[in-house]
Amino acid sequence: MFDFAIEKAIVFLPLLAAILTGFADKRLGDRGAQILTSGVMVLSALLSVWVFVQVGLNHKEAYVVPLFTWFASGDFATAWALRIDTLTAVMLVVVTVVSSIVHIYSAGYMSEDKSIPRFQAYLSLFTFAMLMLVTADNLIQLFFGWEGVGLSSYLLIGFWYHKPSANAAAMKAFIVNRVGDFGFALGIFGAFMLTGSVAFSGADGVLEVASHVDADHLLPGLFGFSFQTSVNVICFLLFMGAMGKSAQFLLHTWLPDAMEGPTPVSALIHAATMVTAGVFMVARLSPLFELAPLVLDFVTVIGAITAIFAATVGLTQFDIKRVIAYSTCSQLGYMFFAAGVGAYDAAIFHLMTHAFFKALLFLGAGSVIHAMHHEQDMRKMGGIWRKVPVTYAYMWIGSLALAGIGIPFLFGPAGFGFAGFYSKDAILEAAHAAHSLVGNFAFWAGITAAFLTAFYSGRLLFLTFHGPTRADQHTFDHAHESPLVMIGPLVILAIGALLAGGVAYPWFMEGGHHAYEAGKHAKEATDGATFWAGSVVKDHDLIDKMHKSAAWVKVLPLVMAVSGLGLSALFYLVMPDVPKRIASTFSWVDTFFRRKWFFDELYDFIFVRPIQSFGRFLWKVGDGGIIDRFGPNGVASASQLLARFFSSMQTGYIYHYGFVMVAGLVAIITLFLLGSGFFGQLLGGGN
Amino acid sequence: MMENLPFLSILIALPLIGALAILLLARGDDETVARNAKQVALANSVVVFLLSLLLWTGFDRQDPGFQFTEEYTWLAQYNIAYRVGVDGISVLFVLLSTLLTPLCILSAWSAVKTRVKEYMVAFLVLEALMIGTFVALDLVLFYVFFEAVLIPMFLIIGVWGGPRRVYSAFKFFLYTLVGSVLMLVAIMTLLFTQGTADITVLIEGDLGFALNLQIWLWLAFFASFAVKMPMWPVHTWLPDAHVEAPTAGSVILAGVLLKMGGYGFLRFSLPMLPEASEAMSLFVQILSIIAIVYTSIVALAQEDMKKLIAYSSVAHMGYVTLGIFSLNGLGVNGAIFQMLSHGVISAALFLIVGVVYDRLHTRMISRYGGIVETMPRYAIVFMAFMMASVGLPGTAGFVGEFMTLFGAFQDRMWIGTLAASGIVLGATYMLLLYRRVVFGKLEKDDLRALLDMTPREIIIFAPLVILVIWMGVWPMPFLDIMASSVDALLVPFVEADAAGAAVAASQ
Repeated sequence: MFDFAIEKAIVFLPLLAAILTGFADKRLGDRGAQILTSGVMVLSALLSVWVFVQVGLNHKEAYVVPLFTWFASGDFATAWALRIDTLTAVMLVVVTVVSSIVHIYSAGYMSEDKSIPRFQAYLSLFTFAMLMLVTADNLIQLFFGWEGVGLSSYLLIGFWYHKPSANAAAMKAFIVNRVGDFGFALGIFGAFMLTGSVAFSGADGVLEVASHVDADHLLPGLFGFSFQTSVNVICFLLFMGAMGKSAQFLLHTWLPDAMEGPTPVSALIHAATMVTAGVFMVARLSPLFELAPLVLDFVTVIGAITAIFAATVGLTQFDIKRVIAYSTCSQLGYMFFAAGVGAYDAAIFHLMTHAFFKALLFLGAGSVIHAMHHEQDMRKMGGIWRKVPVTYAYMWIGSLALAGIGIPFLFGPAGFGFAGFYSKDAILEAAHAAHSLVGNFAFWAGITAAFLTAFYSGRLLFLTFHGPTRADQHTFDHAHESPLVMIGPLVILAIGALLAGGVAYPWFMEGGHHAYEAGKHAKEATDGATFWAGSVVKDHDLIDKMHKSAAWVKVLPLVMAVSGLGLSALFYLVMPDVPKRIASTFSWVDTFFRRKWFFDELYDFIFVRPIQSFGRFLWKVGDGGIIDRFGPNGVASASQLLARFFSSMQTGYIYHYGFVMVAGLVAIITLFLLGSGFFGQLLGGGN
Repeated sequence: MMENLPFLSILIALPLIGALAILLLARGDDETVARNAKQVALANSVVVFLLSLLLWTGFDRQDPGFQFTEEYTWLAQYNIAYRVGVDGISVLFVLLSTLLTPLCILSAWSAVKTRVKEYMVAFLVLEALMIGTFVALDLVLFYVFFEAVLIPMFLIIGVWGGPRRVYSAFKFFLYTLVGSVLMLVAIMTLLFTQGTADITVLIEGDLGFALNLQIWLWLAFFASFAVKMPMWPVHTWLPDAHVEAPTAGSVILAGVLLKMGGYGFLRFSLPMLPEASEAMSLFVQILSIIAIVYTSIVALAQEDMKKLIAYSSVAHMGYVTLGIFSLNGLGVNGAIFQMLSHGVISAALFLIVGVVYDRLHTRMISRYGGIVETMPRYAIVFMAFMMASVGLPGTAGFVGEFMTLFGAFQDRMWIGTLAASGIVLGATYMLLLYRRVVFGKLEKDDLRALLDMTPREIIIFAPLVILVIWMGVWPMPFLDIMASSVDALLVPFVEADAAGAAVAASQ
């Protein structure tokens, strides 16, 4: 039981904390709940760092912590187990570190709430589900974590249950995710039928089987389809799940509404961790996705569209949290198109850096909202930077990291800059180096989105902190910096947003610039003791091409980012009436973006309303008008006599029923007793 | 020791003895009679449940055949006998019945005020008949139990039911009448042609029927079982029956009685008429999909909580028939598991409706809203079962739903795909229900005065909550107990598949 105690503690201590806090809320009290859950999370985070060092940096071989069989039938079996490899270790650190900070931060942010223990319990429950997701050693446990984080997200978005908008948003998040999960579940069925397993580890596991498939060793397809068709369909279905969870184009509509939840939730779930689960899933299953080139192209295109689509909407939003939410959506698009062109390492790299700077931005925004007495509309802010200097600095760091500011070629070929600079550039380079139609599309979409990202980040900063204030006098006068319990832990995120890129670049992008020159010829030889150690597919060919990319590929994103920031400064600092004039000149564009490309209206029109009226129709017309009318009611009214017969024995029907039964029995017995071979012969004749 | 005891007969007899004791011995003024009747009924049903746990511990999981068997001659010359026994499938349903009965009696503790004595008697008799149905190994005995179960159920709806109880009982009656007459014909045919009513013999193998006759017999059984499930389009009695039934009646109806249909398919249709089952599998699967999709959509439009849950039951039983007629291991194991989990979940959901019905005497969804403020414990329990009902992994609902869909997908991809749409629809109506009842602003005055769950209510829900999570996290004990019996059941279908594959390979 005490084998692998550390790994078990990382995952299950948060569950224990959630249960204790949830059920002993009275005895623990608010402070007790905060200390217990935060303390457990910090412990879990420290242990996670230890695991990361072991597996990622000291190259300890990947291993599995077996727990027990979950369910099985015939050839099918699935177990509870914790898989620890580099990919998991990275996710463990990201999840537990951000979660710890959010737990502590919430002590300040939620201090006026009346259900603090419930909130802390939900946060810990979420973290447990997320940890089950990232440590899953099979598709079913992945699905467990997947739906578990969905549940926690539902509970936390709807945390303020007296707000109708929060309830609606919570439901929408759950149901849109279920649409994705419909595909995910079918994808699991298909993956099992194709590879004969749902487990990841072992020689018979999905990943191992998939990585041994090549043109000469194809698996039999399903239902008479070819292997190629089957694997493409399966990966498409699995990717549907990822689209839902990671709010990609078409299944993105829930994420902005999810901002109804308390801000720490947005930072933890809807920026740093849960929404990245889709990217994690694609990376985890990269050996399988590599067999499905059509789906990878689809992933690239969806990612690229999302990157640019969400950025355009982000330009026009006035709710500070919604801007950041669309930004998250857009950044997830980057991660997906990186995965789509085969740069899974770059996708996870960006996932990691994004977790730091986006959590920082969200929690910074939370601090602003806290300072402004729960005002979220940037039109009612402005000019407060002197009042919240620390928050202001954090927001700048987060924004510059998000915009990907850094100087290419400084201090070495990777350049030098904020965290997002390294990871975003790696993604754009990869897309460019893919030299494919979809790769080029993604590259240019990414370049455009880089400009838009910098622009809306600048817009957010300038609208919120600069210019004459638009807040009412009372709010402005009482605006104040947040307490230490909130801004203190953010230091870790700020350091991450500053340094995580530069420090982690050689690990995540190994085979990258540093290692590349040295290890070019010994690539195969070093594979065993590398950072990733095979936990995601590495496309060495792509890496090769990335190194040969032209200098402009590295310079262009910076040019876009700087000009985006510059333009936003011009618009929102120097000439604040210009944006309004542009908006009114191109009002249809503005409306189209601001109304989020009308997706909510469209879905409402084609899904929500029809299904509601269809439900009434089936009930009244199907059940009532047809089945009952021609069924039981029809029988009754068909014969006046029968009707009168039944109505005359309002309570007698029971005895009547008993009579029929007894009569039937008597009939059988009589027939036997009469020894009548007649029926026997009649029926026997059927033989 | 246990080999020598007529253990199953004791299980059947005990509730009957309890019922008799209540009828004969309860004396005094109304209040005393009611109290004594309740106490005796509860004690009796708890003892029966504890005894039935010996089935769980004493059951040999390796043995696919029948255990705890008894046989007493009845009509020797026609080979009709009192034969009882359990295999890995029926043993679980016996346990489900014995578990739910004491909970039902507890739930009626203060809700039922009129004819309490008779109510308790009806439930004990019902329990005996339910156990009898699941342990009967003789055609005639099975038929007697299977049909007799309906009599106390009718009484429960008819005497303690709501205002439209006559209409709904009549509807229920009409559907089941057609079904049972046809099943009787099928049973007679089996008796005549095979010369025995012994189910253990009849399921052994080839009964020598031509496919044509097999299909007729299959349809006759189907008529009865489909009504019981209930399958679309013979489901319309269920919402009406539930709405009119008292809470405990709904619990037994949804929790146990619906499972008799699924049990019937597994005990009769599949083993006795394998070729017909194979031939009709697509037909049943299509009806199952309609049940899942159609009733889920109808559930969306409901204004009455009980009706909504009744429709959701039809959808969930759609997974059961889907799984059974996938005719593979995942499908059938999943279907049995789904029946058990639905037995627990739907029972709990009807009890949940009962909790607020007892307080406000209305089931209209629009009369509620925001009750999490006044009933936080209730909100947690409701949340747990709402999530179990939508099949959240980690709850019992997931395992059954996932396995049946998986089995269906293995059998016919497009069937599995269409049926999986229930994953989305099921979540929609349940979340909508929860949102309208529990969340939102507490605006109605009478809701402000609601009291949270009483200790008695917590005692009722505690075992169900534990069970629903146990079955979700560690379902293997349940799957293990049914596995070998299901394997034996599926032998003809596996052989048919293997033969088909061999033919395909040789071509």
